[in-house]
Amino acid sequence: MNVSMKRLMPLALFFSMFASTAYASIDSTINNMTAPIAVWFGEVVFFKIPIFGAQLPVVVLWLIAGAVIFTVYMRFVNLRGFVHAIHLVRGDYADPKSAGEVSHFQALATAVSGTVGIGNIGGVAVAVTVGGPGATFWLILAGFLGMSTKFVECTLGVKYRNENPDGSVSGGPMYYLRKGFAERGMDGFGKFIGAFYAIGIFVGALGIGNMFQSNQAFVQLNHVFGGGLDGYGWLVGLVMALVVFSVIVGGIKSIAKVTEKVVPFMAVFYCIFAIIVILINFTAIPAAIGNIFTGAFTGEGVAGGALGAMIIGFQRAVFSNEAGIGSASIAHAAVRTDEPVTEGFVSLLEPFIDTIIICTITALVIGTANVAYPGFAGDATGVAMTSRAFEQQFSWFPIPLAFAAVLFAFSTMIAWSYYGLKGWTYLFGEKQNIQTAYKVIFCAFVVLGATVQLGPLLDISDAFVFLICVPNILGLYFLAPIVRREMDSYMDRLKTGKIKRFKNG
Amino acid sequence: MKKSILLAVDGSPGGAQAADYVMRTADSTKVTVVLVYVIEWSPYSFNTPEENAERHKRREGEIVKAKSSVVNPTKKLLEANGFKVEEVVKHGPPAETLINLATEHSVSEIVIGRRGQSGIKSLLFGSVAGSLIQTSHIPVVVVP
Repeated sequence: MNVSMKRLMPLALFFSMFASTAYASIDSTINNMTAPIAVWFGEVVFFKIPIFGAQLPVVVLWLIAGAVIFTVYMRFVNLRGFVHAIHLVRGDYADPKSAGEVSHFQALATAVSGTVGIGNIGGVAVAVTVGGPGATFWLILAGFLGMSTKFVECTLGVKYRNENPDGSVSGGPMYYLRKGFAERGMDGFGKFIGAFYAIGIFVGALGIGNMFQSNQAFVQLNHVFGGGLDGYGWLVGLVMALVVFSVIVGGIKSIAKVTEKVVPFMAVFYCIFAIIVILINFTAIPAAIGNIFTGAFTGEGVAGGALGAMIIGFQRAVFSNEAGIGSASIAHAAVRTDEPVTEGFVSLLEPFIDTIIICTITALVIGTANVAYPGFAGDATGVAMTSRAFEQQFSWFPIPLAFAAVLFAFSTMIAWSYYGLKGWTYLFGEKQNIQTAYKVIFCAFVVLGATVQLGPLLDISDAFVFLICVPNILGLYFLAPIVRREMDSYMDRLKTGKIKRFKNG
Repeated sequence: MKKSILLAVDGSPGGAQAADYVMRTADSTKVTVVLVYVIEWSPYSFNTPEENAERHKRREGEIVKAKSSVVNPTKKLLEANGFKVEEVVKHGPPAETLINLATEHSVSEIVIGRRGQSGIKSLLFGSVAGSLIQTSHIPVVVVP
């Protein structure tokens, strides 16, 4: 028995105890337990104000306002910086002397693998089910505006990161909130808000980056098996948890390596097939696009009309691309650069890839299927609905989709386990056993996620993620002037050629 | 006129043989050896966030290890034989990096050992010497 196996044993014991109490109704037991918490927590976080017949959650308004303000304040950096972002990722400005450090490409790829998850397949379906086709329009707009929010938070993530004595780095909102406010003479408040964020991210990581992922991966697997896995959520969850455990605790890098290599291919594969499906349904394209635009402004059949569709679209967009949550800045902070703002530019591409490309493609698959085969989805929602839309053309598609769903879920869980861990270590220190404690908790939630149903689960995870937007965006407002100064100075130097280009000049 | 040779080493027996070859054939009074160790690395690989966070630390470690275990001993050996040595340790795609360094130091030839991989492995990953021969505009000596 090798060392990593020995380390696995206590957990295996823990889970076998857990499993031995498992019976078919464990799902409903957990559902009954979590539902009241979800309802209460959802009501607090999504405190709604009624406007023109729609229910507008204050926190969504907070996010929209932030994204709009940052877009204007940064003078449409999401448009102006786009081409430069591609040059940076391509390595045109990479100093050959820094070879061997984390490249812009690597930081982006890691952050994208954390955001491109099940939300891109299932979340869009949820948006369209609840908010009608018009929600797609708002989803895309939210992605576009969210690019500016990302720009600000990822620049700050690099600027205020901690360089640990051992040479590794820790960054993210908790660090820029604490240090940023301290710089402005608000020491105490900075400490409070940094800690608040750290709690939010490690708890939130158990939701959006964990339970939601394992849940939707299970749903798709069950769909492939024609419902044959009903009641076995805990078992599927257990298997997923063991794999995650072996990577994040056992340190079995090869699994992570394989996933990180396969995920980009899966994403491309998914997009190609989605485009094929859309093209096969080409007669339905004009009507589907028409539905998106009319739905966006009339909100026909949607509770709260156009505003209702807009709220749903924005909510789902944030859930998918994480702009305003601040999580990605933890991943981006690993880049070694003298110009934090370059990482901000690179991060612009993240909501673009995630929301504007992948989510839009999914929305079009569902939208065209809706026109061509009305009522195709039956009562399916989430990933299962997207799957049905594909099935209209490729009956075998659920199988690769299940494979993709599991891989997306897995890579997102790996990324989020790190985000959560950084919040945890921010609070409790970087000691090894403290880290392991969090990782074990994280794995337990993987099991839980596959066991409970989507309803209360999604509500809880939504709520946590939206909760940490509050301190994060508040901090961004205070620190945005610093980012703008750096951006302006960088742009000037770029124009005058002081920023050296090494390739493709 | 002084001339210089780029000698690529990687800690393998092939690298040692390449060093041997230089010492046997080159005139130490006329030749400067640019001793290069390329640590294989690509800016376009996919990593976990944890690997990224530790990258800087790892990079330093890799450089220290390459120097202490391979570059420094080889350098001593060359110097004992009267050669002037310039050492370079660098991360990058091996063949491309070697060619760039060769150009930078305007060497007249590149000497590299064979790693002696055969079959599937070299089919999948290619051999450094092989791609060097294909792409280099400077003469390459592959020491068997």
